Amino acid sequence: MASKKNIDLIKDPLWDNNPITVQVLGICSALAITAELKASIVMAVSVMFVLGVGNVIISLMKNMIPSSIRIIAQLVVVATLVIIVDLTLKAFMPDLAKTLSVFIGLIITNCIIMGRFEAFALDPNNTPLQSFMDGIGNAWGYGLILVIVGFFRELLGSGTLFGFPVLGDPVEKTGLYALGYENNGFMLLAPMALITVGLIIWVQRAKNKSLIETH
Amino acid sequence: MEYLELFFKSIFIDNMVFATFLGMCSYLAVSKKVSTAVGLGAAVIFVMLVTVPMNYLLDQYILQPGALGKWLGPEFADYDLSFLTFILFIATIATMVQLVEMIVEKFSPELYNQLGIFLPLIAVNCAILGGSLFMQQKEFHNIAEATVYGVGSGIGWFLAILAIGAIREKIRYSNVPPALRGLGITFILTGLMAIGFMSFGGMLTGGDDEAAPKEEQSVATDGSKEEENATVYINQTEEVK
Repeated sequence: MASKKNIDLIKDPLWDNNPITVQVLGICSALAITAELKASIVMAVSVMFVLGVGNVIISLMKNMIPSSIRIIAQLVVVATLVIIVDLTLKAFMPDLAKTLSVFIGLIITNCIIMGRFEAFALDPNNTPLQSFMDGIGNAWGYGLILVIVGFFRELLGSGTLFGFPVLGDPVEKTGLYALGYENNGFMLLAPMALITVGLIIWVQRAKNKSLIETH
Repeated sequence: MEYLELFFKSIFIDNMVFATFLGMCSYLAVSKKVSTAVGLGAAVIFVMLVTVPMNYLLDQYILQPGALGKWLGPEFADYDLSFLTFILFIATIATMVQLVEMIVEKFSPELYNQLGIFLPLIAVNCAILGGSLFMQQKEFHNIAEATVYGVGSGIGWFLAILAIGAIREKIRYSNVPPALRGLGITFILTGLMAIGFMSFGGMLTGGDDEAAPKEEQSVATDGSKEEENATVYINQTEEVK
């Protein structure tokens, strides 16, 4: 359970082999829903569920799936899990489900999931438990970037975290706003998500020189 | 006229890449050279052209609450199959991509070899599924509108990948900080291009200062509310070219 390989499976994708910033997978949803921290966390948890459970299912079924139809088989497994997530969200968090709208459906085409199925769960050397670890690990890495981006966008864009004002009240001019600080509404708009991720990649590669690309 | 409006709107204002971040993975992975970018972009336009109207029909006659009643008889009107949306849409897309692959291989082996691995990749390109899901959300009145929307979104994606491909070919000669090379600078460039594309949204209000800034969710969900002037877009297209 806690052998070195299993720990690496969970730890590696968090930073050094991050699915978003290093493998360049699953970017669409990562950018679109990060204007609020809460939505980012719900999205990260949903992906963690789909990836963890899906990896185990595919790993258990790998000897039964003919390789010629494996893509369709994988899509059906993912689509089923995503329907579960979608209906659960609609039942328990209807407001948030509206904000996330089609992006929950787009978990199906999130390339991290197909990528992990293809690269890890279908590999005959990996046990279902290891596949589970791998799924959770990659979802962690994905979630980490989502949370970082969501944190900065919500903090700088609307001065709140999880909807609670943390920088003071912009109307009453208390806290930081008393010093003349203004919310940067631009952070809530689409382009700043891209630029924030670009900056994260910059920081990451400045610290870890081995990741630097030639061009 | 409203078709023209919808067409330009889906290309520029609701641009798949810059407004809703769809299809980013292949957009980043395949945009190193203009030639491959053009091949993938063309394939995406074609698949969008086919799948969006097909999924529109599926949505109208099978998935919507009460849709079965339209053609199977009133006793089926109570069924709500909308929970099957994802599976049916993705099955259509996977089938169509497979079909397109076979047709292209049969009739134009050259093009097939050029596109190679990118063709099957389209099945998991979220722009395609996203196009169908947004189509469902927008509640178009007839299949022609859905088709125009599909083609427009495809062309929007094509323009985006073409533009970033061209920039990435040139940026090789620039002095980018080492840690930012490759992926980092591409993200930032896409962000800057997205800022440029946001100005197309500003045309809806005629550049009025009092207009409230749009949030991305509203771009994604209720982009069809505002009225706009199609002739303005036509002028703007010339500039983009």
